[in-house]
Amino acid sequence: MNTPALHDLTVTQLADQLRARKVSALETAQHFLARAHANAALGAFLDFNEEVTLAQARAGDAALAAGSASPLAALLGVPVAHKDIFVTRDFVSTAGSKMLAGYRSPFDATVVAKLAAQGMVTLGKLNCDEFAMGSSNENSAFGPVANPWDRSRIPGGSSGGSAAAVAARLVPAATGTDTGGSIRQPASFCGVTGIKPTYGRASRYGMVAFASSLDQAGPLARSAQDCALLLSAMCGPDPDRDSTSLDLPAENFTRALDDSLAGLRIGVPREFFGEGLAEDVRAAVESALKEVEKLGARLVPISLPRTELSIPVYYIIAPAEASSNLSRFDGVKFGHRAAHYTDLTDMYKKTRTEGFGDEVKRRIMIGTYVLSHGYYDAYYLQAQKIRRMIADDFQRAFQQCDVIAGPVAPTVAWKLGEKNDDPLANYLADIFTLPASLAGLPGMSLPVGLGAARMPVGLQLIGNYLQEAKLLNVAHRLQQATDWHLAKPEGF
Amino acid sequence: MKMALTSTDIDRIANLAQLELQPEASARMLTQLNGFFQLVEKMRSIDSTGIDPLAHPLATIEDITLRLREDSVSEPNQRAANQRNAPALENGLFLVPKVIE
Repeated sequence: MNTPALHDLTVTQLADQLRARKVSALETAQHFLARAHANAALGAFLDFNEEVTLAQARAGDAALAAGSASPLAALLGVPVAHKDIFVTRDFVSTAGSKMLAGYRSPFDATVVAKLAAQGMVTLGKLNCDEFAMGSSNENSAFGPVANPWDRSRIPGGSSGGSAAAVAARLVPAATGTDTGGSIRQPASFCGVTGIKPTYGRASRYGMVAFASSLDQAGPLARSAQDCALLLSAMCGPDPDRDSTSLDLPAENFTRALDDSLAGLRIGVPREFFGEGLAEDVRAAVESALKEVEKLGARLVPISLPRTELSIPVYYIIAPAEASSNLSRFDGVKFGHRAAHYTDLTDMYKKTRTEGFGDEVKRRIMIGTYVLSHGYYDAYYLQAQKIRRMIADDFQRAFQQCDVIAGPVAPTVAWKLGEKNDDPLANYLADIFTLPASLAGLPGMSLPVGLGAARMPVGLQLIGNYLQEAKLLNVAHRLQQATDWHLAKPEGF
Repeated sequence: MKMALTSTDIDRIANLAQLELQPEASARMLTQLNGFFQLVEKMRSIDSTGIDPLAHPLATIEDITLRLREDSVSEPNQRAANQRNAPALENGLFLVPKVIE
């Protein structure tokens, strides 16, 4: 029997091999580092620290050798890489911005620390749109990321480096963040599995803030089972460091993976299947829904009537919060400072104008305007009111169904540069991920086949609050019955 | 129909946001923001009378109060690590252009 290459193993398989001492954490780390370097042209990684990575791997081997690894240490010695939105002590943390080029954090983000505590080995930091603002990863100050399925296409964003690295098997799993779809959409575009938990499940401490009432961390990997393992380790209360962290005990999200889907009601929102949906995406999503039916679930037509409104509502609220969060970048205590200026105000202005990219500036401008005197009620407050109406629509829908399913994005990944001159076109493409973000609901994407130009299509699953285990259950059962998640891009 | 933004508005907003847009960037910003606010018009016409604004998403289903932690020292002294990133530093102090004559 052929032994699969290390990089083709899932997190679960790799952890088994490590525990059985068939492979060491050190050789695993070296293998993935070599792959990441050999594929540097993808642009997925922004920083490495080989010394730290290998030291973590050796510590993992020592724990495995001493037998001190509890059988529950399901991630011990398995490599992971972090979206560059998470600050890290041992790696540069840039948030994809020139503003933070070379920034060394004095501490690790809670999510980073939690995965390290499970014995995961940090491989490096992953490229993303600047401050996580974007849907194509083209807004990174450090260059775009290529989609491993077609290098002339975008990987999605903002967690584009995370999705591309996992798809290209440069790392078995990665962290991402999702504010308006930034885990689900790149997972969909790169043919990997990713989940955003309920708002407040994962600590935001050490995540460079974009929109504080929306930002959530989550994993990207190659199966729902792997995501369940990672998510279990990433979530949990952090009451002293994140005032919006939910005070709920950490959960084992693998517990319901194998539950039967018999009788489960899957809500299919008609607004997600309108004329804006590309035919190839529709076909792939519909065939996936048929598979879910074969597993015993029942499809229920539902309505999310304010789906389209989620675009303006999100693009008011997120920039408003961003303009406030990004006011801390002034060139005084950390980050970029302009070389030439006349006085303090001039220093702020030149620093911020040089340090921020175009999309970030646009959102700061929108946010500043909608929060300014005379416009606050008409824009920001109105957006927050409609945000509640959108969230209430979901609660009505969940009276008729247990899980909602539909496309992640209207099309497959587009070409690099295709929407560069049209920021609005990027915003409109977020239509199917924004509603769950605004409502703070858990959502995930899993691959369900290839569409036009043999590019991956993702199925989005949305659950009610705290129903992550149910989403992962549906995804896992679907992945046991089908092999869409096993498809891999050529040459990797 | 709402009045579109003018270049004076863009200057005013940029000033509030502590940004300095060169004429070309400012003109592009004006076009893009006006395009964006056309999209937002749909939202403004929605009747939201009597709806409470939603700030924390979970307030959809339960009362959410943001907690405060106890006001006690919990962090070690990280002065050196924090100042490592400072653009200009002297004798352990952050340097800025002269503010008071």
